[in-house]
Amino acid sequence: MSSENLSSETIAGKRLLRLLVNGESHEVACRVTHSLLEVLREEMGLTGTKHGCELGECGTCTVLVDGQPVYSCLMLAVEAEGPEITTVEGLAQGGRPHPLQRAFSDLSAAQCGYCIPGILLAAKALLDKQPDPARADIEEALSGNLCRCTGYTKIIEAVEQAVAQTNEPHE
Amino acid sequence: MRKRMSPMSRDGKKNGFSVIGKPLPRIDGPAKCAGDTRYADDIVMPRMLFSRLLRSPHPHALIHGVSVRRALELPGVHAVITGEDVPTKFGIMPSTQDEEALAVDKVRYVGDPVAAVAAVSEDVAEEALRLIDVDYQVLAPILSIEGALEAEDHRIHAWNRRANIQKAVSFEFGEVDAGFEAADEIFEGTYFFQGNTHLPMEQYCALATYTPDGKLTLWSSTQTPHYVHRALSRVLDLPMGHIRVIATPVGGGFGGKSDPFSHEIAVAKLAMITGRPVKITLNREESFYVHRGRHPVKMWMRTGVKRDGTLTGMWFRSFLDGGGYSSYGLATVYYTGALQTVTYDLPAYKFEGVRVFTNKPPCGPKRGHGTPQPRFAMEVQLDEIADKLGLDPVELRLKQVVEPNTVTVNGLRVSTIGLRECIEKVAASSGWKEKHRLLPPGHGVGFAASSYISGAGLPIYWNDMPHSGVQLRADRGGGVTVFCGSTEIGQGSDSILAFAVAEELGLRPEDVRVVTADTDLTPVDLGSYSSRVTVMTGNAAIQACGNLRERLFEVASEVLEVPADDLEMEDGRVRSRSLPDRGLAFAECVERAETRFGTLGATGSYRPPRHPGDYKGAGVGPTPAYSYSAAVVELHCDSDTGEIRIDKVWIAHDCGRAFNPLWVQGQVEGSVYMALGEVLMEEQIFRKSGVHKIPSILEYKSPTTLETPPIETILVETDDPEGPFGAKEAGQGPLLPVIPAVSNAVYDAVGVRIHEIPVTPDKILRALDQRLKDPTVPSFEFPTPIRWAPGQGVEVPQKS
Ligand code: FES
Ligand code: FES
Repeated sequence: MSSENLSSETIAGKRLLRLLVNGESHEVACRVTHSLLEVLREEMGLTGTKHGCELGECGTCTVLVDGQPVYSCLMLAVEAEGPEITTVEGLAQGGRPHPLQRAFSDLSAAQCGYCIPGILLAAKALLDKQPDPARADIEEALSGNLCRCTGYTKIIEAVEQAVAQTNEPHE
Repeated sequence: MRKRMSPMSRDGKKNGFSVIGKPLPRIDGPAKCAGDTRYADDIVMPRMLFSRLLRSPHPHALIHGVSVRRALELPGVHAVITGEDVPTKFGIMPSTQDEEALAVDKVRYVGDPVAAVAAVSEDVAEEALRLIDVDYQVLAPILSIEGALEAEDHRIHAWNRRANIQKAVSFEFGEVDAGFEAADEIFEGTYFFQGNTHLPMEQYCALATYTPDGKLTLWSSTQTPHYVHRALSRVLDLPMGHIRVIATPVGGGFGGKSDPFSHEIAVAKLAMITGRPVKITLNREESFYVHRGRHPVKMWMRTGVKRDGTLTGMWFRSFLDGGGYSSYGLATVYYTGALQTVTYDLPAYKFEGVRVFTNKPPCGPKRGHGTPQPRFAMEVQLDEIADKLGLDPVELRLKQVVEPNTVTVNGLRVSTIGLRECIEKVAASSGWKEKHRLLPPGHGVGFAASSYISGAGLPIYWNDMPHSGVQLRADRGGGVTVFCGSTEIGQGSDSILAFAVAEELGLRPEDVRVVTADTDLTPVDLGSYSSRVTVMTGNAAIQACGNLRERLFEVASEVLEVPADDLEMEDGRVRSRSLPDRGLAFAECVERAETRFGTLGATGSYRPPRHPGDYKGAGVGPTPAYSYSAAVVELHCDSDTGEIRIDKVWIAHDCGRAFNPLWVQGQVEGSVYMALGEVLMEEQIFRKSGVHKIPSILEYKSPTTLETPPIETILVETDDPEGPFGAKEAGQGPLLPVIPAVSNAVYDAVGVRIHEIPVTPDKILRALDQRLKDPTVPSFEFPTPIRWAPGQGVEVPQKS
């Protein structure tokens, strides 16, 4: 991906950035002090990414940056030019939910649902790397994402169900 | 080979229901998993302003003046308000309205709001806060229960009768002295349950608009839009009919979003002043101050028993550290004494409780509201009693489980009770008999049981109206919309409505639209608290469906030429039971009914049954139905480091009929998780200066995936006559037994009793060294008890 900066000029504390989000390129004027989280939610209308602390403590704001889970509240938007960013809005493909989304929904693993976007992305990062993870791998991969509703039980079961569905041979 | 378990095939048709009792998915799952659900902070409006609150840095201080001049001069600031702009007091309980949206002449905890700003951005609003000058006269803070009781001439509030005592209560049910005389052994102990907070992942957020027609709308992350509606009307002096409150989907509540809050009133007032939308999102630190979490409670308990373990009497005392304001405290203090009687037969019971004010953030309802603390004390003491008498703790409980259809000594009516089965099943599946006192050193199992309410029997403000209302609309295309004031906080209340209506009208849940928690559109439901929603909205929905069905059956009976009592609704059709091929599509039936009757709509409502207790204070404890839980915890405890590792939790829960086993399991698992956080690590603690020690997620530890053990959930179904389709609550009760079960398991593992929550490694090490002292309780003269026994109607006026 090209990471050529549009301009390094800062006007009134803002800079014009080109961000590659969910496969689309966006030009946005952002405050240089603003986090990727703030720019996604407030400048780009991608409110699927949530926040629970804005201090890197809860994992609710997790997005993928070149496939790696990142707390978007800890990354400055100006650092996010270039790599491919995936948010929860980018999980479904061609209108079809990602297997993780389907499994979470089928098992009613989302209660209040507030932690779920971040957890889905952390889980996707794991499955992209390790298509058949053990339970301990799933627990490890999700240990940076707090959920106060579910006791993680249905969440872990849903990841396992998504794995089973993805890995089953197609008929 | 296809191994996928589709949700339908897990269980199949059961109980003759088409959707109830099956592991079908929630209706809000797809949107929540797509990031499409719109929480309060996701709402953006044209010309929107942002608000921040200035909060007190002092735990206790008089305010001699607030100057906002410099803040107003800052470019980008549109309005600044202080206590004088919103001076009317409010509060959730009608008799203890002691809160101000912005402190008028006194602040009572670090974090108490003093002023509010509306500005073009959060950054500007934040900067403006630094330009507000408050003239404080700092007062000595009161930071402990003992300090509050001793400070007789130094008051936090002026309205209450006795200094710093919000409420003191005292009851005697049956003859407790006679009970102790009949005992072979008397046991006594002191206990302390540290305060903790809900820590919902979503921070508090509210957004208000005030339109040129003079109408105010508030969107808020609240569990109780109806009470917010009332509070806004009172404080802003607007008719309720000019105010609309919409509860957005709540990103976790657990009781923490059940009060009307300063930030809600502040943005409403700022919207009225500026004529622009105003939003406020509290940061995480502020969420620790606003909270209304679990009360720290000191407890003393005396129990009389026969040598075979039979209970002869119990005397329980609780001392609640309430924080700076009343909040739900009046109810909480009663709840610490109410439910001791509904699990095991108790012939005599005395309860004394007191809630004091301290200069800390106010406490209120958290999952289990006031009952986890006494349940901890009681179940730990019962474990000790069993140990001393040489009895199995499981057997000790089983020999005296309350029978179905009992009125307890304090006048609570128990209808169905699945406690015996819960205890038996959890003991069997955990292998209790093979493990208790038999595991290798450092390993242990602990047991406890409990009960909770499925909704409070009485509303928060006294009235005879329904607690929950439902309206149904059927349109010509066959669509059905259900309108209800209930609030989705993650527990699944929207799905409960869709499934109840689908079941009753023979539709698919996805064909039912749900509109909830909007005071302009939906009939009142009192809110998502006290585990009331499934029972109350479910019953209201069933009644509304019955009313709609009557009209549909009237036309269908003519068309199909069968009697109305031979009709049923299944698979999207109205059809004859005896001649099943004689039927009519639901949509066609609706069209014909609309032709006949005009626009189709129906309503239903629910009010809990009357309860036997008639003494003052009897309003707390009654419920349409009690849920029951029993838990076994297996853990190991390192006697060198004091660290606890939970290996597994087995939990059995009597949920009436499982409305949907997946959702009930989800509630049970979440309750177990939250209990483990409380018993192992979570605490809301303060420095001597009154400053919160750890107002951040990093330092306020809560369990991650790595600390959460496997949870085996067993659903015990009792088919309660009062519950919709037989259902009882599941969202709070299962938290209760896990906390004492952990303490009891620590005793089994390393031989020390920990009477304090959380059970941390340092306490275990001190206990192993015999350096851990039992908690102390203050001395306090409680009021003369109100005496009551079932069948006796006495009302003794009591002052506190
Ligand atoms: S918002 Fe909590 S980690 Fe980013
Ligand atoms: S589902 Fe509510 S925080 Fe995870």
